[in-house]
Amino acid sequence: MSNLTDITPLRWLMRNPIWGFVVIVFIFFSLMSDHFFDYRNFQNILVQASTIGLIALGMTLVMINGNIDLSVGATLALAAAFAVDVQSWAMFATWGSWQILPAVSLALLVGIALGAFNGFIVWKTGVDAFIVTLGAMLGIRGLVFVYTGESSFYAMNFAYSDFSALSVGPFPVLALIFLFCTLIVHLLLSRSVHGRNTYAVGGNREAAVNAGIRVGPHMMINFMIIGFLAALSGVLLSTQMGAATPNLGRDYELWVITAVVLGGTKLTGGKGDIVGTLGGVLAIGILRNGMNLMQVPAFYVYVILGSILIAVLILDKRFNRATDGGLRL
Amino acid sequence: MLLNRLKAGGPAIAKQGILVAFILFMIVFSLMSDRFMTGDNIMSVFRQSAIIGVMALGVTIVVIGGNLDLSVGSMLSFATVLVVDLHDKIGPELAIPVMVLATLCLGAINGFLIGILRLNSLIVTLGMLSAIQGLVLIYSGGQNVDIADQRGTWFAFFGRGSVFGIAAPILIFALLAIVFHVIMKTMPFGRKVYAVGGNPTASVFSGIPRSRVVFMTYLISALCVSVAAIILGSRVMGSQNNVGQGYELQVLAAVILGGTSLLGGAGSILKTVLGVLMLAFIQNGLILMGQPYYTQWLVTWAVIIVAVWLDVAAKRGRLFSPIA
Repeated sequence: MSNLTDITPLRWLMRNPIWGFVVIVFIFFSLMSDHFFDYRNFQNILVQASTIGLIALGMTLVMINGNIDLSVGATLALAAAFAVDVQSWAMFATWGSWQILPAVSLALLVGIALGAFNGFIVWKTGVDAFIVTLGAMLGIRGLVFVYTGESSFYAMNFAYSDFSALSVGPFPVLALIFLFCTLIVHLLLSRSVHGRNTYAVGGNREAAVNAGIRVGPHMMINFMIIGFLAALSGVLLSTQMGAATPNLGRDYELWVITAVVLGGTKLTGGKGDIVGTLGGVLAIGILRNGMNLMQVPAFYVYVILGSILIAVLILDKRFNRATDGGLRL
Repeated sequence: MLLNRLKAGGPAIAKQGILVAFILFMIVFSLMSDRFMTGDNIMSVFRQSAIIGVMALGVTIVVIGGNLDLSVGSMLSFATVLVVDLHDKIGPELAIPVMVLATLCLGAINGFLIGILRLNSLIVTLGMLSAIQGLVLIYSGGQNVDIADQRGTWFAFFGRGSVFGIAAPILIFALLAIVFHVIMKTMPFGRKVYAVGGNPTASVFSGIPRSRVVFMTYLISALCVSVAAIILGSRVMGSQNNVGQGYELQVLAAVILGGTSLLGGAGSILKTVLGVLMLAFIQNGLILMGQPYYTQWLVTWAVIIVAVWLDVAAKRGRLFSPIA
């Protein structure tokens, strides 16, 4: 933990190469597209990035812990379905716009509960998080389809779908929520005891146990955080669409892991930070937005993102030879 | 309690947990539905499981070698679109080898990045999943492809034909399973894969070409995908450009269910076959019982976790994890 004052910008950039990449793609698209360098477009990028970004914050914690959560896309879909459906329950019929409150609360609780369930199983059974959340990814998606009956829910309360269009001054509310959560998680990770323990558990689990950290409950809390953030992301996404579809959030786990890995968090645990993750999220957001504006077909975006992910891995390997890239399971 | 029983009652049974679970499921389903235990039904389950099964054989070998392959689903889309599209352009005699070669190239990229450059297999194949998905869409222009003359082509044999009353997909799956089982259990290559997955460092010291072995496992996985694509393309006589989406998870679920450890170094081809069949029979049984299709995903969730838990617990010697 060095002081902010004795870090020159260059050294900072060496440690967070993703921000150099963000600046490069930013300049590139500003030159290539007439519509990119525009205040309204920046708002767009932030709002679009907030969905993946929120989950990426939680994924950073879980991955620093040495775990992974593949079930976030399905959790997002289930929370969105609850947030939209509960509003129309008969018992809240007379509540007016207040019916949004129990709906959103329940959706967030569902997210936390699913996270707790994942974490509890990882803790008690000792089965690897990759397998537990892979199973949960299938199972929770199954729950979503059974619950929604394979059809979409539409929000009847317009206050709900208008929420996404709100802005405080020039700042869209959705972007503000994302930036606020980023700040909170950053402080949690860099300034709190929980954050210090997160690095300790991921770095060396044995040593963490010997140091008196209760590893199981600690990991479970991080799973609950990512569950909450995935559910929040689902709620915000459903306000944008005014609806919840059973396929919502499919492939999101891939985007989220891509963003977090781009941000320099190690799958082996113990390394990573929120500043890097924010860079990874912005890099993906800018790339998708910029290529969209340049009318690059969506097909090419897949190829480019996949290639970038692998390129980052190769560069990382060249610069950090000491870290073995092996997956710890 | 349960574990003591397992220890005393017979380590053999504990080791064959998947087989026991499989038999239990079969008994429950045959009691619940009288259509379940009929020859026709069993044959159709076997036939449907062939595509996932063939892919799972390759992934099993990759996982025994200590790596993962998440790109098999996209690769299946790629191979199926390619073989179906080329079928009408250059004829099946050429389409099949061209497609197999192209798919092997993708496998070689995986193998190069993971085997030679030693990059993390989870992230590499995740990137490849996305990149190959893009490739398929670019190649097909986002369109689905069809074979024009569906009756007059011998290509139909692989998905729809049969020999002595046994459907071709089942024969291909069985043949491949036996070949791979023999390779993994009796040939030097199989022993090397187990050694590399079990302890990479030790394998290097004992003179095993670790990079080449890992490279080969990805080529085998790609080969399996191209065989699965021939069966799938031939059965459907066409292909959607996202046909393989989500297959990687079902394949991985089958491999995990078969007791292959994600740590590498342990696992068996025949148990993967059991895992594949178990998933297929669960799906079939639930549908015969009138359950909605997606219930099988819930059951799969529970089955995977319980199966892996018991497996881990048996090795650990206690039911609950020692994590503080």
